[in-house]
Amino acid sequence: MEVIQNVVCPFCGCCCDDIEVTIDSGKITGVKNACAIGMTKFLHYGDERNSSPMVRKNGELFKTTFDMAVEKTVEILTNAKYPILYGWSSTSCEAQKVGVELAEEVGGVIDNTSSVCHGPSIEAVQDIGESTCTFGEVKHRADLVVYWGCNPVQAHMRHLLRYSASCVGKFRKGRADRIIVVVDVRNSSTAKLADHFIQIEPNQDYEFISALRMAIRMEEIEQDSVAGVPVEKIEELADILIGCQFGIIFFGLGLTMSAGKNRNIDAALSLVRDLNSRTKFLIMPMRGHFNVTGANKVSAWQTGYPFAVDFSQGYPRYNPGDTSVIDILNRGECDAALIVASDPVAHFPQQAVKTLASIPVIVIDPHLNATSLLAEVVIPSAFVGIEAEGIVYRMDGVPLILKKLVEPSNGIHSDEAILRMILTQIRKRRG
Amino acid sequence: MPKLKVVLITGRSIGQGQGKEYGKFSEKYKENVAVCEIDSSDLTKIGITSGQHVKVTTYHGSVVVKGVKSTQEPHPGIIFIPCGPWANAVICPKTHGTGMPSLKGIPAEIEPAPEEKVLGLRELVTQTLREG
Repeated sequence: MEVIQNVVCPFCGCCCDDIEVTIDSGKITGVKNACAIGMTKFLHYGDERNSSPMVRKNGELFKTTFDMAVEKTVEILTNAKYPILYGWSSTSCEAQKVGVELAEEVGGVIDNTSSVCHGPSIEAVQDIGESTCTFGEVKHRADLVVYWGCNPVQAHMRHLLRYSASCVGKFRKGRADRIIVVVDVRNSSTAKLADHFIQIEPNQDYEFISALRMAIRMEEIEQDSVAGVPVEKIEELADILIGCQFGIIFFGLGLTMSAGKNRNIDAALSLVRDLNSRTKFLIMPMRGHFNVTGANKVSAWQTGYPFAVDFSQGYPRYNPGDTSVIDILNRGECDAALIVASDPVAHFPQQAVKTLASIPVIVIDPHLNATSLLAEVVIPSAFVGIEAEGIVYRMDGVPLILKKLVEPSNGIHSDEAILRMILTQIRKRRG
Repeated sequence: MPKLKVVLITGRSIGQGQGKEYGKFSEKYKENVAVCEIDSSDLTKIGITSGQHVKVTTYHGSVVVKGVKSTQEPHPGIIFIPCGPWANAVICPKTHGTGMPSLKGIPAEIEPAPEEKVLGLRELVTQTLREG
C-alpha cells in the first residue's frame, strides 16, 4: 500500500493540490481532502471505461486495433476540408499543444470548452482589460469576497474553504475577518453562507451592475428598483464594496450565459475599474474544468488567440460568433470533428448535435460518452491526473503538475501520445 | 393540465458533477441530471408534488424530466435543470455573435406530465437525431 501526498485534483478549476491518495495493488483505494465530486472522480475513474478502440461499420461500432483506429482518424482528417477540433479542457497542456499543431496541419478550427463557458469573459477582457490576482493574494488579503452568478458550494466545493471565505491567511484570520456577498437569481447554497445576499431578476445583471456603478459614483438612480432590487439596497451594497480594504468578485456563468453575455462581463470589469478609484478591487472568473484555463493559455501562446481559432486560411483567425464551434455547427459548415476529452453531444444545443450526427466524428476520451454514440472512431485514452501526468493551469493562472497515480490498462495511451501519433501519420501521408 | 410560465436556468450541481464521474450512462447521472428544480410555490401552482414528472417547453423544444422541490429556494418563477443533455434539449442555440448559446434566462413553460416517461440518454439522443 502506498500513500501519495499533494496530488492535484483533476476535476474543477480549483485544482486543489492537497489531495492524499492511497494506492493498493495498482488501484486507488482511498482519497483524503477531496470534495464529494473529486472523491467520486478518483474512486470511480474506472467506471464506464472504454477498453478498446472502435470504428463504425454498417452503423455499428466494432472493436479494432489501435493502429487501425489511428489510420481511420488520419483518413477522416486528411479528407476533410473544414474539420473542427474541439474539447481540450479536461486534458493536459502537452496534449493541447499537439492539438494546435494538428489543427494547423489539417487547416481546421480548434476550439475549447470555454467557447460555451467563459468565452464571453475572455472577449470582455480583450475589450476592457482586467484587474486580477492569484488565489494567494485573496487568501492573505481579501476582506470582501463577492460571488456573482456562481454557486461554488455546488460546483467548486472547496473554493470558499481553501481560497476565500474560511481560509486563514497572513492578514485575514478566517471567516470572521471577511465579508461574503452573493449576487444570484436563486437563494443558492452559497447565498445561504453569505453575509449579504442580493437576489436579482434573471437577465438583469447588466442593468443591476450599471445601477451599482452609478451608486459608486454617487449618481442618482431615478428608479425605485433595478433588477427587482430596491435602490436603497443597491446604495447599501455600493457602500459595502467601497468600504473594504481588498475586495474581489468571483463570477460565474450566471453572467456569461444570460442575456448580455460578454457585455455583462464588460460591465463587471468596468465596475471593478470604478471601485479601484475608491479602494483595492479585483475580479476573477470561476473556471469549470480543471484545465480550461490551460486550454486558453496554450491556444493563446501558440496562435495568439485563446479559443475559436480557425486555420482554414493557413494562418490563425479568431472571430467568436463566426469561428466558434457552436456557430460553425449551427451553420452546418464543418465536414469532420475530432473531439478530445469532451462530450459535446451531452452539452451542445440540439441544432449543433444534429450537425455532429451528419459528419464523421472521432472521439478520444477515457469514458464512453454520449458523443461516442454517434462517432465513426472511438479511441480510449488514459485519465490525465490519474493514469497520466501533465501540466494544468488553475483558474487563477498558476500552473500545477498532475501526477500519474496508477498505470492505465494495456494499450491505453495518453491524449498527448495518441494525438502525436495521429499528427505524425498525417505528416507522413502528406510527405 | 395547469401550465406555468417560468424562466429556465441551467448550471452545475453536486449531483451532476458526481453523476458524470459515475458515467454518462449510469443511473446516478440520470437521477441527478434529468431533473428540474422547482420552487415550492410553483409546484403548488401546477398541482404536483416533488418527484413527479414535468414537461418543460421552450421555443426550442420540450423535454420530460422529474420535477423536484428546489434546495435553492425561494426562487418563484425560475426553474433549474442541471447542465446536460436534458437541459440542452430546450436551450437556445443562438450565440448572438459571441460563440455562447443562451443557457440561462430562457422563457419556458412547465406542466405536469404524469403519463410521460423520462427518456434515458441513449433514447434522448436517438429522439434528437430522429427529429432532425
